[in-house]
Amino acid sequence: SENSSSSSSSRVGTVGAETARATMVDTESLGGGAPRLKAGEVDLGTSIMAVAFNGGVVLGADSRTSTGTYIANRVSDKLTGVHDRVYCCRSGSAADTQAISDIVRTQLSNHATELGRLPAVKTAASLFQRYCYEYKDRLMAGIICAGYDEIEGGSVYSIPLGGACIKQPFAIGGSGSTYIYGLCDSMWRPDMTREETRNFVKTALSHAMARDGSSGGVIRTVVIDKNGVDRDFTPGDKVPFSF
Amino acid sequence: GKGQPATRQAGGGGRGAGKMSSVGSGYDLGCNIYSPDGRVFQIDYAGKAVENSGAMIGLKCKDGVVVGVEKLVMNRLLMEGSGRRVHPVGRHAGIAFTGYVADGRAVVSAAKSEVENYDDYYGVDMPPHVLTERLGHYFHAYTTYGGYRPFGLATVVAAYDNEKGEAFLHQIDPAGTHYRYHGCATGKARQAAKTEIEKLDLSSLTVEEGLKRIAFIIHTIREEEKDKPFEFEAGWISKDTNWEFELVPRDVRLEADKWGKKRVEEMEMEDDSEDED
Repeated sequence: SENSSSSSSSRVGTVGAETARATMVDTESLGGGAPRLKAGEVDLGTSIMAVAFNGGVVLGADSRTSTGTYIANRVSDKLTGVHDRVYCCRSGSAADTQAISDIVRTQLSNHATELGRLPAVKTAASLFQRYCYEYKDRLMAGIICAGYDEIEGGSVYSIPLGGACIKQPFAIGGSGSTYIYGLCDSMWRPDMTREETRNFVKTALSHAMARDGSSGGVIRTVVIDKNGVDRDFTPGDKVPFSF
Repeated sequence: GKGQPATRQAGGGGRGAGKMSSVGSGYDLGCNIYSPDGRVFQIDYAGKAVENSGAMIGLKCKDGVVVGVEKLVMNRLLMEGSGRRVHPVGRHAGIAFTGYVADGRAVVSAAKSEVENYDDYYGVDMPPHVLTERLGHYFHAYTTYGGYRPFGLATVVAAYDNEKGEAFLHQIDPAGTHYRYHGCATGKARQAAKTEIEKLDLSSLTVEEGLKRIAFIIHTIREEEKDKPFEFEAGWISKDTNWEFELVPRDVRLEADKWGKKRVEEMEMEDDSEDED
């Protein structure tokens, strides 16, 4: 499924077309070796998003990991912590994103030790960007880095395939995100409360999971604020929207 | 280098130690040697380079940090502003030094690299305490090898911490020891300078007022007949500078210098008139 390139050529060059398929066509047409999932490699074809609110962030993801048409893990956890108040959502190659987040976790820990306090989310995003950009020809990793720090409050950074790093009020990613751009743009408002933000994330992800074959399973959310990290789990039969 | 046994010369100090020989007595030949009473003389000697140089005074005021240096002018043909002791090392950070001036250039260069690399890697401004610690490690490294000598410098770090929302003042000595200060003084007559600093209520001074007080202190502790002429160099970082470290503008600096000098003269006249009664 990750190798089919139909219907994606029209999306070449559009901002926000973050599907692995669309970008692979793009880089291939430039003549370089495009990052591809290898035969049998596990794919986080996915729906992920993160939304900032006043005082924190909500991260959300589906739970499907596939190898071709076989669902290797239907309850995976794509929301990965890299520090006390910084998490990331992972999409693309499971191996690549795990390797990168492990490295970033180590580096952030060392950095925080020298700093003597909690690191900025911007720092975590900067570290993610370093690897995603420098090794762009060898990686397939779409990452959303989000968390809470004293300086900015809640912040969300999107680091798509080429290694750009963009701060946004909310970010969506993964193959399923293409189906919910319109929904998110119309649903999102500034200054939502913590609960409104969580419901926004759950609703948007359930729409993505309904339409994208590579997304499904359960909805996991993580809410991060000054006081801590709150994990939540919505079973597949209790999602806000499904056919 | 490190690990080579020290060769002790019989009866007296190392080459060229001459009249100072009673201080070192062969235990001062390198950084890799302790004396029997636990001193590393090379570091002490580096401190002497600082003690004999122009005064450097830093103050953490209520709205920022200001640092001033008494730059002794060795040569009347020197152009004003040349041979600076105060340097910005990033937008949000600056350092000043006194002592063996040639070493200062190396430290400024190292500090600039550190700040730049930190920003590049971690995406945020290097906080003051991290910059100070890194420089402290750098100074210290040069005290651990027999083939190196310590930096003959005391260095002040004035930088903004964007999480705390204020600027901080640190000072590093030739050994690499560093502390955070409300006010610090080093160089010639530093004890007299420290006494003057203790008279100040720093929490009520702005950096402009702090600058004038620094100029006053420098003029007070100098001995006009004995000391060489000097240039007053200063830098600051405050809310008014938008938390960017900058050299104090020339006219402001000269004003402060004039104020300081006048204040010293006024106080001397007051003392004289008191004596007459």
